[in-house]
Amino acid sequence: MEYFLQQLINGVTLGAIYGLIAIGYTMVYGIIGMINFAHGEVYMIGAFISIITFIVLGLIGITFIPLALMVVLLSAMVFTAAYGWTIERVAYGPLRGSFRLAPLISAIGMSLFLQNYVQLVQGARVKPMQPVITGGFEFFQGSGFTVRLSYIQIIIVVLTIALMVGFTFLIQRTALGRAQRACEQDMGMAALVGIDVNRTISLTFVMGAMLAAVAGMMVTLYYGVIDFFIGFLAGVKAFTAAVLGGIGSLPGAMLGGLLIGLIEAFWSAYFSVEYKDVAVFVILVLTLIFKPTGLLGKPDIEKV
Amino acid sequence: MTRTPLLQVEHLTMRFGGLIAVNDISFTAYDREITAIIGPNGAGKTTVFNCLTGFYNAPVGRLRLTGARGEFLLERMDGFRIAQKGGVARTFQNIRLFPQMTVLENLIIAQHNTLMRASGYTAAGLFGLKSYRDAEREAVELARSWLDRLGLTAQADWEAGNLPYGSQRRLEIARAMCTKPVLLCLDEPAAGLNPRESGELRELLTEIRDRRRIGVLLIEHDMSVVMGISDHIVVLDYGRLIADGTPAEVRSDPAVIRAYLGEEDTDQIPPEVARNLRQGGRV
Repeated sequence: MEYFLQQLINGVTLGAIYGLIAIGYTMVYGIIGMINFAHGEVYMIGAFISIITFIVLGLIGITFIPLALMVVLLSAMVFTAAYGWTIERVAYGPLRGSFRLAPLISAIGMSLFLQNYVQLVQGARVKPMQPVITGGFEFFQGSGFTVRLSYIQIIIVVLTIALMVGFTFLIQRTALGRAQRACEQDMGMAALVGIDVNRTISLTFVMGAMLAAVAGMMVTLYYGVIDFFIGFLAGVKAFTAAVLGGIGSLPGAMLGGLLIGLIEAFWSAYFSVEYKDVAVFVILVLTLIFKPTGLLGKPDIEKV
Repeated sequence: MTRTPLLQVEHLTMRFGGLIAVNDISFTAYDREITAIIGPNGAGKTTVFNCLTGFYNAPVGRLRLTGARGEFLLERMDGFRIAQKGGVARTFQNIRLFPQMTVLENLIIAQHNTLMRASGYTAAGLFGLKSYRDAEREAVELARSWLDRLGLTAQADWEAGNLPYGSQRRLEIARAMCTKPVLLCLDEPAAGLNPRESGELRELLTEIRDRRRIGVLLIEHDMSVVMGISDHIVVLDYGRLIADGTPAEVRSDPAVIRAYLGEEDTDQIPPEVARNLRQGGRV
């Protein structure tokens, strides 16, 4: 029971991170119908920018943790957003109106480019970071297994929930969110009511990148090690989460992220740690075979 | 009343490979008038609309819009700027609402630019500042007033795609009006409407002209609508302009009758068809 509870806590934390990344996949797919394979790399860059900012803050002597966290969060979001915007402008924007595969291929190229760029600039070695936030609550101390709920896990889950609420509000209630939904349904018509379609698409990438940056920062804090290759696996898993939840659906991405996190945690706990990635990708295969629209995705109904 | 030119089309030409869809067309649409563009199928009417609204960039010709918002050369503008800055709104032959948005949202999205500005490009909207909430309330009021006018208030929260066909047509016109245009382009608004609905449409269009005081450009096959409400008719055939004048002038123009009924048969127009054409029935 205690063991189960511990895995539940770990799974939810992991799921929050996957969910944040998955939103980036699902939004881009929703609006321009392409899978942004470079999104995992955007998340990796977010993690790197976080670690760099932490080091810079340490050098200039800002050691008050809450302040440092806020600064890192902002800087990661801003710089990663700039990456997201640039990637869209350079690699996808010029291919709009081209055949469907073109931006997809461009995305794979972008992904390889970013991996190698970070490897060259930052080196291939693993970057460690000292734990910034330590401590937490402990339950069931008397029994054989102590359940730990660390502060960092609480921060991750709370921040994720806050971001998702804010984000849902943005999509449902603001002019920008409405424009995004309009572009999703009919880009030509959206332009005719005066919506700047290109800018709306760019902002979609920017928003996805911001959320991925937060995920990157959380991972840096949570695991304490990052390298230039972390974007690949996290990206594919978040993509799996988006597909499981129903690609194109925002609540779907959140739910999918949570489920993938839980599956990974429980599989590691009760079956084998070595095969946890296999378990996740089996889910991807099963979803694509038996329910390609995902859990919350809407099927494409062709009206006659 | 003096007529103010609103849209001056000069030497507009549009080719698709070897096909000349629009060949050297010039005409003027006036402010606060309904200008109808008629002609047989394939005459190039919709192509003219597509050039106007930035779907195509016409290689030859000038489209000068002199509206309340200033003077614009539409052929040089991006699609969304034509709507945003110039104030040209449009509807489609095959209705293009945002089918998965609610009826009300379809009218609010049309006021996107006002709201986007009021929301300080999203920041104010996200934190729910008062200026944005006020702007949004106004947008909803305008939208509701149109729903009242069209009798769609009860369906405000339906998904637009689930509305009956005739209501979708009217909603599309309302959405175009919610962008606060200076020129409203309607592509066959009466297509598929029953006689009662097309009567309502005529009322709506004259009201838009007389009360909202904007120019309307109308492509239409239903002659009862065209002859009944147009101030001015432009006739196209095979991409060329063959007649331009008041409904009475156009109706008796031999070139127009030829275009509709064919060259050889001019002498043998069945009398009932000719009468129908003259009285404004459906050709």
